Amino acid sequence: MPKLTIEDLKKIKENYQATATLREGGFRAKVTIHMGTCGIASGARKVMSALIDEITRQNITDVTIVTSGCAGLCSREPMATVELAEKSPVKYVNLDGEKIKKILLEHIIDGKIVEEYALGIGNEATY
Amino acid sequence: MIKTPCIVEQVGLEDISLHIMDIVENSICAGAKRVKIQIIEDKHKDLLIVEISDDGKGMTEEIIKDAFDPFFTTKTVHQVGLGLPLLAQSAKEAEGELRIVSKHGKGTKVTATFKYSHVDRKPLGNMTETMVVLIAGNPSVDFLYKHKKDRLDYSLDTRRIKVELENVPIDHPEVIKAIQKAFDKGERVIKDAKINHRGFEKD
Repeated sequence: MPKLTIEDLKKIKENYQATATLREGGFRAKVTIHMGTCGIASGARKVMSALIDEITRQNITDVTIVTSGCAGLCSREPMATVELAEKSPVKYVNLDGEKIKKILLEHIIDGKIVEEYALGIGNEATY
Repeated sequence: MIKTPCIVEQVGLEDISLHIMDIVENSICAGAKRVKIQIIEDKHKDLLIVEISDDGKGMTEEIIKDAFDPFFTTKTVHQVGLGLPLLAQSAKEAEGELRIVSKHGKGTKVTATFKYSHVDRKPLGNMTETMVVLIAGNPSVDFLYKHKKDRLDYSLDTRRIKVELENVPIDHPEVIKAIQKAFDKGERVIKDAKINHRGFEKD
């Protein structure tokens, strides 16, 4: 049966150790994909898969992707929350594979929020 | 002139790989550090068995009973948990059933069976995508994946991969790419397995 061979992993390890010193450490951004039953049923896996594909294609090592449960806005799923270092988090709604790629390029890499897909921008102020 | 109806993309847990994704997310929410996923395709017994076991916090008898009730959830964000009832329904539609064995504080094992040839059995779907998303999204959780089709099987254990990788994170793009490739190959071989008089054989 085809396997992930030890040689494959060794090669990756060597490459990683060679480039690890170049990394500044810490992550540029954290993306949380909401993977509750509602999210999965409306296509969250496709969204996350598209993001992983793009990140592996471009070999981006300082963006971390995590999954979380339902965020309580099931009708707006699939959703993702993007947090850039030292910036307020932005929630994106009604996503698909193409939209998340655009968010990766424009928001995460270029730092410009993709307003058309965002749920809301700014803090909820009570004053 | 007839107005064209707006096209609504069909949504739902339309294949078994999405159900698996959903149940494993439950395991992770329950604090599991190691999740075993086993798929057995047994053409002779005409059975498809999906088994997910974890070392999460487990459920009390009462919670198990309630788990089959679509209007019960332990979550506080919203009031309705649908994961297990939906899987139970999918199994039932294909003359199968859902069994939950759980020990409070020890872990949970969810087993769903389906009649393999049943016309209403959902397709297995894209297991590569499910596993890659789970591994990349939860690098601190260990996954043991086994897929068996009669005498043919393959498995992948992220704990062993981590040992080999040493200080390289498992969610590093290069590693994820390699894992994706391994799953793709494994799933393809299983899917393409031909049936002969002795059952499935590798072609």
